[in-house]
Amino acid sequence: MKTIELHQVCKTFNQYQPNEFHAIRDIDLRIEPRQATVLKGPSGSGKTTLLAMIGCLSRPTSGRITLGGETLSGLPERFMTEVRRRTFGFIFQQFNLIRGLTVSENVMLPAYPLGLPRERLGRKTAELLARFDLAPKAQLKVEFLSGGEAQRTAICRALINDPEILIADEPTANLDTRLSAEFMQLAHGLVAEGRTILMTSHDPEVFDSPMIDRVVAIRDGRLEP
Amino acid sequence: MPRPAKADLFLLLLALCTLLFLATLFDAAQRRDAAAPQLARLRATVATLALSDLSLFTEARYTRHLSQADRFAAFQDHPLALEHFPSGSLLPPPSLLSEAR
Amino acid sequence: MSSALRKQRYLLDYTLSSLARRPGKNLGLLLVYTLIVFMLASVMLFTHALRSEAVAILQESPEIIVQRLVAGRHDLIPAHYLRKMGHIRGVLERKGRLWGYFFDPAVKANYTLMVPDEAQPAADEIEIGATIAATRGVGLGDIISLRSADNRPFSFRVSGILDADSQLVSADLILLSEATFRDFFAIPEGLYTDLVLRVRNPRELRTIAEKLILLLPDTRPILRDEVLRTYDAIFSWRQGIVFVLMAGAVLAFVIFAWDKASGLSGEERKEIGVLKALGWETADVIRMKFWEGAVVSLLAFLLGYLLAYAHVFYTSAALFEPVLKGWAVLYPEFAPIPYIDLLQIATLFIFTVFPYTVATIIPIWRAAITDPDLVMR
Repeated sequence: MKTIELHQVCKTFNQYQPNEFHAIRDIDLRIEPRQATVLKGPSGSGKTTLLAMIGCLSRPTSGRITLGGETLSGLPERFMTEVRRRTFGFIFQQFNLIRGLTVSENVMLPAYPLGLPRERLGRKTAELLARFDLAPKAQLKVEFLSGGEAQRTAICRALINDPEILIADEPTANLDTRLSAEFMQLAHGLVAEGRTILMTSHDPEVFDSPMIDRVVAIRDGRLEP
Repeated sequence: MPRPAKADLFLLLLALCTLLFLATLFDAAQRRDAAAPQLARLRATVATLALSDLSLFTEARYTRHLSQADRFAAFQDHPLALEHFPSGSLLPPPSLLSEAR
Repeated sequence: MSSALRKQRYLLDYTLSSLARRPGKNLGLLLVYTLIVFMLASVMLFTHALRSEAVAILQESPEIIVQRLVAGRHDLIPAHYLRKMGHIRGVLERKGRLWGYFFDPAVKANYTLMVPDEAQPAADEIEIGATIAATRGVGLGDIISLRSADNRPFSFRVSGILDADSQLVSADLILLSEATFRDFFAIPEGLYTDLVLRVRNPRELRTIAEKLILLLPDTRPILRDEVLRTYDAIFSWRQGIVFVLMAGAVLAFVIFAWDKASGLSGEERKEIGVLKALGWETADVIRMKFWEGAVVSLLAFLLGYLLAYAHVFYTSAALFEPVLKGWAVLYPEFAPIPYIDLLQIATLFIFTVFPYTVATIIPIWRAAITDPDLVMR
């Protein structure tokens, strides 16, 4: 299992322009495997930017991010994509399911570029959907799902390539208390399986939950002690 | 029973259309062969009557016998005839044809 | 199956699902696209078939036709020109032709009256083209009355109807005897409409034509090659006119298709971000979009071509008949023989499939190379 390490990571938007903005400044952080870690902070604190960099969605302006000792930040885009696909699963705040596609089609999306045999991918999808109680909805278009179902679909999609690390951006922001609690249960189950979960949140239900191993607080692009 | 994938259905449709496309080529070859006697009769008619043109456009003499037309054949017949030279489509007929005498 | 092929199939799956989201719009697009290909392909197939057929048939037409010109107009040619030209090396046979036009006020049609070289009908009999027979509603043994140049009525018994299969060249023909022809049009003995020469070796045609111009300076020789060229050009031109007329419609479609294909909505842009975040490479996104363009344009091309083939060769280009007919009353019934020019089809393919596919890919390029972290913002 791989550890994520950040060394002196900075992210500046609109660099060298009048509206230059330092979203992240000099962050050193170590994220242990098989743990649920929460990046906590108010909106605009830079936690989502940090999450995007860790998930290989964007690059730091300076500094270094390593995964299991290998430096990610300097890799060309092709390899970044490769690492992202093999290592990370994403759950977005808005779920970002693709409208017009069915639940199972949405779940299979991250696996398309791998070109798995159709039966194998179908079986894998069916297993995941069954595990998250979505089997009856498999052929339903995603716009007809309830909030909880949409999120479980997003979780299935994040898990289809069997990633080591799950990245969730404000996973409970669009859920009510009951569904939030349910999500924490699911997250706990995933950590118990041996996965690493890294999420952002400003919801006390999340970072005060006993299921969370570690909380990292961020404010104005810096770690709070 | 898994549903057939959309891609496979589409590729099947595409293959069917391509097959039909190839079929038109075979069909064309076959119809050409079948038309050989008719073509021979047409050629015989042309040869025995010493014909030089198709009787497709009988509206004016320079369209009936295109190859025999005068060098300035347009504008000779009906004032509103559809001219077959590009200028005929762009220019009105000469006024001496349409004005009252 | 290799994983690369399976991957293409998955991308195609995605594209089809994505197209199925707006079924009305995309089916409409496919329909209009198919219609355009259908029109273009119909014109191409029809004109090419007709041109090929014309060239194949007119191979048998006389090698040289000699017309006399008087003050720039075609005039009757005296029979003694046959003697005047003397013996020219390579000319097998030379003879005078008698033919002319007749406007029949009864059906407002133009006929071509002609004296055949062999097997001339009897003095009061005529043989008529199948189209005339159909238009005037006459059969074998019926009587047709025509008024001559000096307004004398002539009655003819129809002694033969020309082979219906040869309508393409004989639709408006009336064959009659030489004596009747001269009487009917008041053409004195010793004059012909034009002269025709049969030549042994086609390579000698030019030399013979040059000699003719020297010997008979007031004539113009029309070579068979010129006849064939005329037909080659006339159909190219008619095809060109149809294309010009259609250009407006095609351009309108191009604008619509360009807008549809290249305009990237915010939703699509976001989708691309999601796909990239989920681990699709830029190349995968572009391949998926390539399929989107290819699905629509390939299908439109194939369907349009198939419909055009059926239209031209199974209904004898029924839609074009009014255009080709023009002002003519007599229109030969004929089924075009399917001569197909694969190069033409390939050109049509390139001009219909490629631009659309490229138009779908290009805007994606810009969107696809942006960082995928947009989706998190």
